[in-house]
Amino acid sequence: MIFSKKFVSDYVELNEDIKEIAEDMTRVGNEYDDARKLVSALNLIIGEVIECEMHPKSDHLHVCKINVGSEVLDIVCGAPNMRKGLKVIVALPGAVLPGGIIKKSVIRDAVSNGMCCSLAELGLDKKFLSSEDIDGIHELPMDAPVGEDPIKYLELDDEIIDFELTSNRSDLLSMIGLAYEVAAIYDRDVKEPIPSYSTVKDNFDSEVVLNVDTQNCSLFLLGRALNVTIKESPAFIKNRLIACGIRPINNVVDISNYVMLETGQPLHFYDADKVNSNIGVRMASTQEKLKTLDGVDRELTSKDIVICNKEKVIGLAGVMGGFDTEINPDTKNILIEAAIFDSASIRKTAKRILRSEASSRFEKGLDQRRTYLAMERSKELLEKYADAKISEYTHEYKVKDVEDKLIDITLDKINSILGMNINVNDVTEVFRKLDFKCEVDGDSFRVTVPSRRLDVNIREDLITEVGRIYGVDNIEARNLVAMLKPGKIDRYVRNIKERLATLGLNEVITYSLINNKDKEKFNNNCREEISVLEPMTEERSTLRQSLVSSLMEVYDYNKARSIKDVSIFEVGEIFYKNEEEYVEEESLAILMSGKYVSGINTNIEVDFYYIKGILENLLDYLGYSKRYDFVKCDDIKEAHPYQSAKVIINGKCVGFIGKVHPSIYKDNVYVLEINLTELRNINVGKMKFKDFSKFPSIKKDMSFIFDLDVQASDVISEIRKSSNKNLANIEVYDEYKMENEKSLTFTLTFSDDTRTLLEEEVMEVFNKVIYRVTNKFNAKLKNM
Amino acid sequence: MKEKLDSILLNAKEEILKSNNEVEMNVVKSKFMGKSSEFTEIMKGIGSLSPEEKKSVGVLTNDFRNSFNSMFDERLKNIKQEVLNKKLESEKIDISLPSKSVKVGSLHPLTHIRYILEDLFVSMGYDVVTGPQVETDMNCFERLNIPKDHPARDMQDTFYITSEMLLRSQTSSVQVRAMLNNKEKTPIRMVCPGKVYRRDNDDATHSHQFMQMEGLVVDKNISLADLKGTLLEMARCLLGKNTNIRFRPSYFGFTEPSYEVDVSCFKCGGKGCALCKNIGWIEILGSGMVHPNVLRMCGYDPDVYTGFAFGVGLERLAMFKYGITDLRGFYTNDMRFLNNFNRKDVE
Repeated sequence: MIFSKKFVSDYVELNEDIKEIAEDMTRVGNEYDDARKLVSALNLIIGEVIECEMHPKSDHLHVCKINVGSEVLDIVCGAPNMRKGLKVIVALPGAVLPGGIIKKSVIRDAVSNGMCCSLAELGLDKKFLSSEDIDGIHELPMDAPVGEDPIKYLELDDEIIDFELTSNRSDLLSMIGLAYEVAAIYDRDVKEPIPSYSTVKDNFDSEVVLNVDTQNCSLFLLGRALNVTIKESPAFIKNRLIACGIRPINNVVDISNYVMLETGQPLHFYDADKVNSNIGVRMASTQEKLKTLDGVDRELTSKDIVICNKEKVIGLAGVMGGFDTEINPDTKNILIEAAIFDSASIRKTAKRILRSEASSRFEKGLDQRRTYLAMERSKELLEKYADAKISEYTHEYKVKDVEDKLIDITLDKINSILGMNINVNDVTEVFRKLDFKCEVDGDSFRVTVPSRRLDVNIREDLITEVGRIYGVDNIEARNLVAMLKPGKIDRYVRNIKERLATLGLNEVITYSLINNKDKEKFNNNCREEISVLEPMTEERSTLRQSLVSSLMEVYDYNKARSIKDVSIFEVGEIFYKNEEEYVEEESLAILMSGKYVSGINTNIEVDFYYIKGILENLLDYLGYSKRYDFVKCDDIKEAHPYQSAKVIINGKCVGFIGKVHPSIYKDNVYVLEINLTELRNINVGKMKFKDFSKFPSIKKDMSFIFDLDVQASDVISEIRKSSNKNLANIEVYDEYKMENEKSLTFTLTFSDDTRTLLEEEVMEVFNKVIYRVTNKFNAKLKNM
Repeated sequence: MKEKLDSILLNAKEEILKSNNEVEMNVVKSKFMGKSSEFTEIMKGIGSLSPEEKKSVGVLTNDFRNSFNSMFDERLKNIKQEVLNKKLESEKIDISLPSKSVKVGSLHPLTHIRYILEDLFVSMGYDVVTGPQVETDMNCFERLNIPKDHPARDMQDTFYITSEMLLRSQTSSVQVRAMLNNKEKTPIRMVCPGKVYRRDNDDATHSHQFMQMEGLVVDKNISLADLKGTLLEMARCLLGKNTNIRFRPSYFGFTEPSYEVDVSCFKCGGKGCALCKNIGWIEILGSGMVHPNVLRMCGYDPDVYTGFAFGVGLERLAMFKYGITDLRGFYTNDMRFLNNFNRKDVE
């Protein structure tokens, strides 16, 4: 919403600098984007062209002598409309225009001591200007005073603030509303316009029948203006529209916009001779169509409020008028519509068709009093600036009268919410500044909220107002007083993240929404996916069920930048639908590639055993030590069939680990994913101390040659089974692969908590183990 | 006899000092103290001397032995030290060469911010809770006093899944859950960090996915002063102990009154600089007193209870705290970006 200082000054006295007003408005809750002069150019002067010759060395430049009062300047000008006798805007050397600083110069041997300007060159947006004003220099009226400031003369010496208003302040979408707001800040009076005009007796009351047939219209006023003269608007109307970002068209159209800016009430003018005697307001039916004033044929729905005559729809209420009944240069008589339509309906229609200055005001709600004011004001201005004769009668459809809102509140309530200690006088002062009537009874207030403040309805809204106008800068910061209790926090995920970061992995955070076609990556048994309606892009359309493909994107990004040592993890949510239920689970994924340990003469690349080691380290840390198994699996399409495994805890699969299939990555890239929601459901006992044996232990190595397919984990479990309780630990000491077989060396540690073991009893177990392993796996014992 | 022993000792001393290693030392030892040494001969002869002579010669031989041993041990000690020194010297390394190290990991900057805030609020007795990202329209809007077609929905264009399900556009939905789940309707102090989603195009200052943390306190006699105290603690914890805050009135629908909260610019201290656009203040979050309709819809009597709520974007905080200028960096995950955060920050 644009605040025009000149416009608002019609209703309230304003001496403050524009920046100061902007800052003060911000302090009461109205943020702004920009506060500036409408035309920022300086060092401009009105001049008269006293000589104008063609430049001898150019086919389009003119060499002119221009009288600017104090002197006569030589200026070279290329505008096609430059001629002797014109009054023009001259930018003197040193003038700062949006296009740059004007300097004395020599143009093809002719001296030029300034520049004659078009309005576009002063920085006015081209959309507001006529084609003459875009192509050529601006021609000032013949009575323009030479030597004066042209900006002032043209009444373009306005200052504007572009506010970003909160959605509840519909009242501020008008100059009068803005005037009330600044008046409250500076404690001044607001003078609302009091329209006056003369009327003619005609048969408007009997010639036209108004029929409102929808609940979505609560007020509809229809007036008539006869014999209008369509012409250019006076400068002040045009300039104020331009300041507020609206393009001037002609006096009649401009008046409807001017009144909207002034009162906040959008108006619609119809060419009365193209509308027949019946005006109706109703909901459209689905087969209906309307050619709107932009020339587009629109298909209507049963949710659109429309204005119609006997035969057809003539306007989309609150959004856009119809093409056929539009005001045009030949219009003589006009119908004036001032109405209030249901915000939600307008909102839906506008969202589909077009958001306009008008629709955005209807969407946020209007004050019935302003509807009446706007009707009156438009009649006044049409009489004054379009020579209209105003019909005496106004058709009126009204659901209910305007009611002022009465709200009761106590001083105690105000202070207890604001946490301040202000007195009765402070509060009444605030309401006086806001122009809210207020009856005081001891510590109680009965406040009458004017109908323009649609946002103030309950006690808390009044507290907001007191806070805004009194100011909350002085609220003391108090430490919360509440019953002492420890805050609850679940640190499970934090423990995982911190452990993995300590193990050398970088945490990443990626997007939950992925491309629908990636949903089955590393998620071959895809569940029913959850997708968003109307995704912004294909890339972000479906909620992921696995984090791995996101980590692969991070890997790709870094690799494309020659960063190949990537060891990353993410803990994030995965989403799917189970019957009618939306399920969210927590997942951990890791991707590792490139060097893991590095230094002089030491570069260790990640392989399967490193990523497995990271996972085991984490699982041990979380308390799952000795409870997990890795079971070969070859059914994940994206994984290397011989270098991947399922992770099993207590017989339950909690995730997978493996190498990315070489058809996807030529590099060695390893990934894993663990479902943390599942993992957390597996109980872990509390950390406890178990005493170690005080007696010496005995270590024995054994080495076998196996078939290539034999798994170390199977051998270990066989060793365990065939030995006794004195076997304290087994380590795989070495693996050596040959053509068709491999050797594995195990180190077995024996100990007993109560005594020193005898060599013979250890050897007995040792030999039994060797016997069982060689038999079971058809293995050969290697001589150590 | 004395002269004889003195002369042997003199020779011995000379040879001990000439010896350069343990082997040579052993040779010297056997030469002067061994079975066939002069000294051993003298010792053998003592038996045939008179008691008086025995006594005087005994003193002399004792002195000799002590002197020899002390010279010998001294020298041996020195030799061993030299050997050790040589060995140490041979093990000399260039300590300036780079280390051999496991890759250094890091937590994501948003995680750093999240944990700083979680720890602060837990220390003040707040519970840290979470809620689902796939939410109902009811919890994300309706129960927050933002009915369908409310203009405030404009501000947060939302990803819908069905007409009633959506990706939450604000962590405020967890406020609703916390109040509804509290069946005894006892006081609440909680914060809720988590991901939220809005239909924004990703650029330097927007992201369709980002992190928020919501705070909610519901109790008797809660006021704006309590909110200010809480937010001041938070601002100072994150941005330094000299930070100040100010409230600017605003509008959010689920709070009334509502305030945007600015922190004094931590770069210029409030004097005005490029970061704060010469205003001296920087907006960091939205907050307010819980709207009575919200309390009522969640089962709390607004005549008995009041509360405050705030919601803060973690990206924004991280950008200020660490000096990050492009929001996209958080989600691109360039290793060079992430490795900035591989350390413990100073408190």
